[in-house]
Amino acid sequence: MGQLGTYLLLFGLAVSGYGLLAAAVGAKTGRPALVESARRCAFGLFAIVAAANATMLAALLTNDFAIRYVAGNSAQETPAFFKALSLWAADYGSLLLWNLILAGYIAAVALRFRRDRPPTFPYALGVLFAVQAFYLILINGPAHPFASLANPPADGRGPAPLLQNHPLMAVHPPFLYLGFSGFTVPFAFGIAALLAGQGSDQWVSVIRRWTLVVWCFLTLGLLLGALWSYSVLGWGGYWAWDPVENVALLPWLMATAFLHSVMLQERRGMARLWNIALVIGAFALTTFGTFLTRGNVLSSVHAFAHTPVGPAYLAFLALVLLAGFGLVAWRLPELRTPSSLTSAISREGAFVANNVLLLAATAFILLGTTFPLVAEAVSGQQITVGGPYFRSSVTPVFLLILLLAGTAPLLPWRATNRSRALHRLRVPATAAALVMIATAWAGVHQVGAVAGFGLAALVFVTSGQEILSGLAIGRHGMRGSAMRALARGRRRHAGLIVHMGLALVAAGIIASSSLGQQSQVTLKTGQSTVFAGQVLRYQGLHTDRQPQRIVLTTAVSVTSPSGGSAGTLDPRMNLYPASTAPIGSPSIHRGIVWDLYASVISLQDNGDSATFRFYRNPGVNWLWFGGLVMALGGAAAAWPGRRRRNSGDDKSAGQARTRPAVEAGAR
Amino acid sequence: MSGRVTRRRARLLAGVVAVVAVIVVLLMTGLGKDPSVIASPLVGRAAPNFTLPQLDGPPVTLAKLRGQIVVINFWASWCTECQVEQAALDQAWRRFRDSGVVVIGVDFEDSAGAARGYVRTDGVTYPVVADAGSKTALAYGLRGVPETFVVNSSGRIVNHVIGPVGGAALTSVINSMLTGAQ
Repeated sequence: MGQLGTYLLLFGLAVSGYGLLAAAVGAKTGRPALVESARRCAFGLFAIVAAANATMLAALLTNDFAIRYVAGNSAQETPAFFKALSLWAADYGSLLLWNLILAGYIAAVALRFRRDRPPTFPYALGVLFAVQAFYLILINGPAHPFASLANPPADGRGPAPLLQNHPLMAVHPPFLYLGFSGFTVPFAFGIAALLAGQGSDQWVSVIRRWTLVVWCFLTLGLLLGALWSYSVLGWGGYWAWDPVENVALLPWLMATAFLHSVMLQERRGMARLWNIALVIGAFALTTFGTFLTRGNVLSSVHAFAHTPVGPAYLAFLALVLLAGFGLVAWRLPELRTPSSLTSAISREGAFVANNVLLLAATAFILLGTTFPLVAEAVSGQQITVGGPYFRSSVTPVFLLILLLAGTAPLLPWRATNRSRALHRLRVPATAAALVMIATAWAGVHQVGAVAGFGLAALVFVTSGQEILSGLAIGRHGMRGSAMRALARGRRRHAGLIVHMGLALVAAGIIASSSLGQQSQVTLKTGQSTVFAGQVLRYQGLHTDRQPQRIVLTTAVSVTSPSGGSAGTLDPRMNLYPASTAPIGSPSIHRGIVWDLYASVISLQDNGDSATFRFYRNPGVNWLWFGGLVMALGGAAAAWPGRRRRNSGDDKSAGQARTRPAVEAGAR
Repeated sequence: MSGRVTRRRARLLAGVVAVVAVIVVLLMTGLGKDPSVIASPLVGRAAPNFTLPQLDGPPVTLAKLRGQIVVINFWASWCTECQVEQAALDQAWRRFRDSGVVVIGVDFEDSAGAARGYVRTDGVTYPVVADAGSKTALAYGLRGVPETFVVNSSGRIVNHVIGPVGGAALTSVINSMLTGAQ
């Protein structure tokens, strides 16, 4: 089976090489037949990479321990579900999935532009094949997942215990990869625009649409990662400012900046150069993130022996930066835009401020993430940059972003009528003030938290008010129902929905990080403690021997002071043969306002006594819900509109579709 | 295209190249270090003593090996990375056993049958002990397998490798200890 996989991957590399060549020559010589054959290659490539993934899946499910990856990441006793997940539970296997997703994106691009194509399409296709070729070279050479073992062991090592502890592992990595590798598409169209030297703005709506799709996936990927961390790791939190988390957030921030500044270009023809730099920057950040997490740069537990993977990623990163920003520099004369800001307090000014803030956050996080590397390079000292740095540097920036999101949608373009904006700010500002007073009244004394809740309310109410007034205009204008009105201003309304989600996320983050409580107690069987107004009683330990692990489940009954039972918490400890340290599983009572969260830290005297950590985490569910709202809003913005009204001469289909929405959405 | 534009382009391109070069050089230093070499808190301390039964032979007590250099390698039959380093350990054992160096494999979380099978098929020639109950692994603060500790003649840990050991690195550590550097 290993041989089959090996040949498939080689074949895939050859096909992507041909696609790259055909697209490049076709673009240069203007031969449509070559471009068409490159386009069809995309489907073949997808099928081949899918077959390679299926081969690995079959090897995992049939315990083919002759393949080193299978022996290292699966075992006979591993449940079939987690055997399948092992496909992406370790570095080399996840590269297989990465390649599959990238090939899927290329096939989607090929399908989307099967008939009407922007003139940049052949170049973009070439860039896409080039990126895929890099990842296929990697997986054919230094990171070969189908490498075999001379003496196959009778049983495998099994997946890393943490990764076989929760089904969320099934969805978090695929969504994150969909977000990460998806940035290749906007990047490819950006590079294509630079290569083709187009003076027009046609590329921008194509890129905007794809970036929105990718942004939604990355939002969900980040969200699921946080949810996994919260539900599995048992430390009561969801975000630890770990380098691997940070590098996933960086391209998200930059893509968010692009999705705002792109409106400057669509509406006013401004910021062309800036936008293309953001697209290239977002892709460069994903490449940098891949290098940092997979290139053996960060020390992590049992990193694989030294492989040439790190230098390969670094060379690719250098190529992306050189080609991307080199092309920007080359095309600078054509990309310079004539318009400038007429007024700082206008929609344009707000978008500029939005970009400054989002990039400031990006810069702070990038600095903190790479500082240990730089410090070690310069002074040889090993240091770590932890949560306090990130919290103190990024919190003010995020609060300002909230202030902007709560006011900017009211500002007019070009700033002709500012008094109207002030008038429309009355309700949201009052709501924000009331929320601030109420939170201070309720005993919250941290200034940051009070301000944060107020700003979140500002964003929420502003966005809601604007959506409602959009509906009202639809009704009174007698141009159809409210839904039609919503749909007509779809882009604007979708953006406002994202802002409402953001407000919920912000409120959740502020609540959980500033108002949480925790306590660590050791209880004997039958003993109880009072935590957060609840009586928690340790009822004892139950041992369950499963084929692949031993599960020690504790039972903690929860009763309210009045005596009513509120259920049982059952935090567990799992002992896996391949690990000395037990892996804990927290138990969570999720609620609308707050979660009761319990982890078992240690067991003594055969379970007669246990040490628990209890958390009361307010607002965590607002975070999950708000994140989902953000992703749905993004999807609504990216959703293809009604069929083109003015089909025909416009070469860029995406542009033709979004135009009516732009006009309806902007006031 | 006028000369001014060309000059401006050249300057900009040079700027891009310079910035990328700086980034690459900085990141390259990150690649230069080996993440498996960590400053272990155990280095410099006395190696925790153990008496463990050999898979096929009399028990081995670490304290009785005082005066010799001891390479303690934690491994398991289900560990693929252990297969990678096995040849290096065997080579070190055969090369240095007459110079007062002992290599001991400590079998971790394994069944005796699987371990014996591994020793036979992979040609392990140095003594292998079984750590039933993982007491010794816990004493050494093991994070997983493979991990290797090198203990000097006065019983102190002088080297700790997480992940597979390289043949050259192990040889150089042992050589420098034999020549009295440590």
